Amino acid sequence: MTALQERPEQADRHDRGLSETDTERQSYLRAGHSLGSWFFTRDHKRIAILYLFAITAFFMIGGAAAALMRLDLLTSAGDLLTNEGYNRAFTIHGVIMVWFFLIPSIPNTFGNFLVPLMIGARDLAFPRLNLLSWYIFVLAGGFTLFVLIAGGVDTGWTFYTPLSSMFSHGNVVLAAVAVFIAGFSSILTGLNFIVTVHKLRCPGMTWDRLPLFVWAIYATSLILVLATPVLSITLVLIAAERLFGLGIFDPKLGGDPLLYQHLFWFYSHPAVYIMVLPALGVVSELVAAAARKPVFGYKFVAGSSIAIAVIGFFVWGHHMFVAGQSMYASAVFSFLSLAVAVPSGIKVYNWAATLYKGHISLDPPFLYGMTFIGLFVVGGLTGLMLAMLAVDVHVHDTYFVVAHFHYIMVGGTVSAFFGALHYWWPKIVGRTYPLVWGRLAAIFIFLGFNLTFFPQFLLGYLGMPRRYHVYAPEFQMLHVLSSAGASLLGLAYLMPLVYLTWSMRYGAPAGDNPWDATGLEWTTPSPPPKHNFDEIPVVDRPPYDYEIEMEGEDG
Amino acid sequence: MAETRSVAEPYRDARQQRDAAMLGMYVFLGSEIMLFGGLFAVAAVMRLLHPAEVVEASKALHVWIGAVNTAVLLTSSLFVALAVDCAKGGRRRGTGAWLFSAASLGAVFLAIKVYEYSLEHAEGLLPGLGAPLKVSTPVQRAFMDLYLVATGLHALHLLIGILLLLVIAIRAASGRLLLPERAIVPVTAGLYWHLVDVIWVFLYPILYLAR
Ligand code: HEM
Ligand SMILES: [Cu+2]
Repeated sequence: MTALQERPEQADRHDRGLSETDTERQSYLRAGHSLGSWFFTRDHKRIAILYLFAITAFFMIGGAAAALMRLDLLTSAGDLLTNEGYNRAFTIHGVIMVWFFLIPSIPNTFGNFLVPLMIGARDLAFPRLNLLSWYIFVLAGGFTLFVLIAGGVDTGWTFYTPLSSMFSHGNVVLAAVAVFIAGFSSILTGLNFIVTVHKLRCPGMTWDRLPLFVWAIYATSLILVLATPVLSITLVLIAAERLFGLGIFDPKLGGDPLLYQHLFWFYSHPAVYIMVLPALGVVSELVAAAARKPVFGYKFVAGSSIAIAVIGFFVWGHHMFVAGQSMYASAVFSFLSLAVAVPSGIKVYNWAATLYKGHISLDPPFLYGMTFIGLFVVGGLTGLMLAMLAVDVHVHDTYFVVAHFHYIMVGGTVSAFFGALHYWWPKIVGRTYPLVWGRLAAIFIFLGFNLTFFPQFLLGYLGMPRRYHVYAPEFQMLHVLSSAGASLLGLAYLMPLVYLTWSMRYGAPAGDNPWDATGLEWTTPSPPPKHNFDEIPVVDRPPYDYEIEMEGEDG
Repeated sequence: MAETRSVAEPYRDARQQRDAAMLGMYVFLGSEIMLFGGLFAVAAVMRLLHPAEVVEASKALHVWIGAVNTAVLLTSSLFVALAVDCAKGGRRRGTGAWLFSAASLGAVFLAIKVYEYSLEHAEGLLPGLGAPLKVSTPVQRAFMDLYLVATGLHALHLLIGILLLLVIAIRAASGRLLLPERAIVPVTAGLYWHLVDVIWVFLYPILYLAR
């Protein structure tokens, strides 16, 4: 109701004063206009915005490298990039997308913005550390870009030894340093979330009332804090080998190159869950809001986040089935990899049960949520295939693997990122965007994504190896399809940039709770004031306390 | 007055703030353990794959120098504990003095460590400095590589700890650190110090006592 009265003067688009609502004037966005008020802010909401800018930039850079690769792959000869150039392109793509987009994407933007709001706190536990973590991130990112573009690294994001330690000509050491520095940012952020969730919940916000997004961020933080340091030490060892000849991974000096893979995947498999757990949390929120029902099996959905975080630490060997590890180890890792899919399955079934007989709204956030569910299921099931020893021998290091992880990381996490953006955008900027455009973008993303990556399953199954840009001519057809899909996907990803930016000035004011959702974040004005809550709220009811109106009952 | 002054923005009261600081430090130490955990895993792999050679390699280390250093560090931890006790009781000078003594022992440890490195360098055991090595097997070489990385990383942590304790010692003694209200500062720094100490307590047997 208030939203209508405060609606800005649409005709007069140049008058800032008129187009600003009262809530906006008191919001965190208007609390200080100087650059300093942004770059030295300790407000978690502003830091979230800083992250949003940074990761959008990295997403575009990583995307540009991908575009270059897809262009080169249009023909079976390597005519656009040199061999070295292609290797550098996929290294830039992988390093930037993994460490500078996906890992920080949802936790550092939406986690930062929402966790305090959702648990009824005024900020994260350590606001200054939060800002520091942004600076470390940006510093590391800038440094990485410089190294990857100026010098170039050709090892891929995995930095496998002995290629990285003995043979690669690129700036492996500097790249390792950059990723090492970024690790500090991850650890500090994870630490901040853990302490915040433990210590800053408002009265009545017991653990079994925490929003599922907060559970997911909490589980993610555990991984961030416990796995990242293992990557750090591994990178230190690589640098030590290249700089000082300390050959922990060099067989000539008594070392073991396979040990590198163990250490790397001990971090990097949990890291794939860093990338997907927050997305699972987002989707739980989107599903509940779209179905307007309490989440089915709340405790299982929450617990499965923790289960994924824990089991995820014990499956790394499935990346090494053909690397010469013991057959018995492989069998155990194969079994554990099947086990880790169970909690993910629990989530999917519970979402389905939540939606069952709900009053489902097809607003943009939920379209992204459904995109996530569909693509995540495909990615997860192909993960199970890869975890079967016999199948993996056939498709290891082929495009099948590439398709598998893109279904999860791009089809899943990036879609959830956009879902979160569309769901909480009205809260973040206080304005709504045109729903039609939101729906169109979601549909284009879904189509473009499948066109890009489904052919890659086929390519991989037929034997197209990953990381080659010169390939047998019979694969060209599928590569062309994939590149065509990539153009559509790229355009679709740019659409929200336009209409969301537009909405910041011309969108209608959103009101406190545009989706009529539960959750403390929706009890604050949109955009929220600097200190979130005038009075710390008290929670006296279960989460997702929607009034149930079954589809079957009212008609 | 002092009480309210020491409560910062997101916190409701001093107790909540202190709990948060403690938990934050514990989580950080957890990640430190995982950092060294990677090295312990490397050590375990080496030991399992080449038990006899690792034992041989370990015998070349100066076990007594390591033992003295262990004693030095453990004593420093005692001093830190005494400093924390003083801080909680609001005794500024005592806090500063004990912290300063602990930091000094840390420096003694580093000095002894440097002396030990120089001995090993002279014996042709220390890789990474370009001098010709006199190692008998590749495993001994790998073992010494690990030794250098592990003790070097530990020394770096110790160096950070020394600087930390010195800063806090000065602030406590000069009264810029409110005690006992902000005793949490020496408490958390002390936790860090103890962990660096404990890591050495594990490194010492793994490297020196594998003989
Ligand atoms: C849930 C989120 C997941 C993400 C983000 C993810 C991501 C990835 C990535 C990035 C790789 C390729 C690494 C590389 O070689 O560069 C990969 C490979 C693999 N994934 Fe997943 N994955 C996920 C889930 C799963 C699941 C649930 C399973 C099995 C139960 C699985 C099984 C595998 C296997 C076996 C490989 C190795 C394939 C090979 O190299 O031969 N993944 N995944
Ligand atoms: Cu994995």
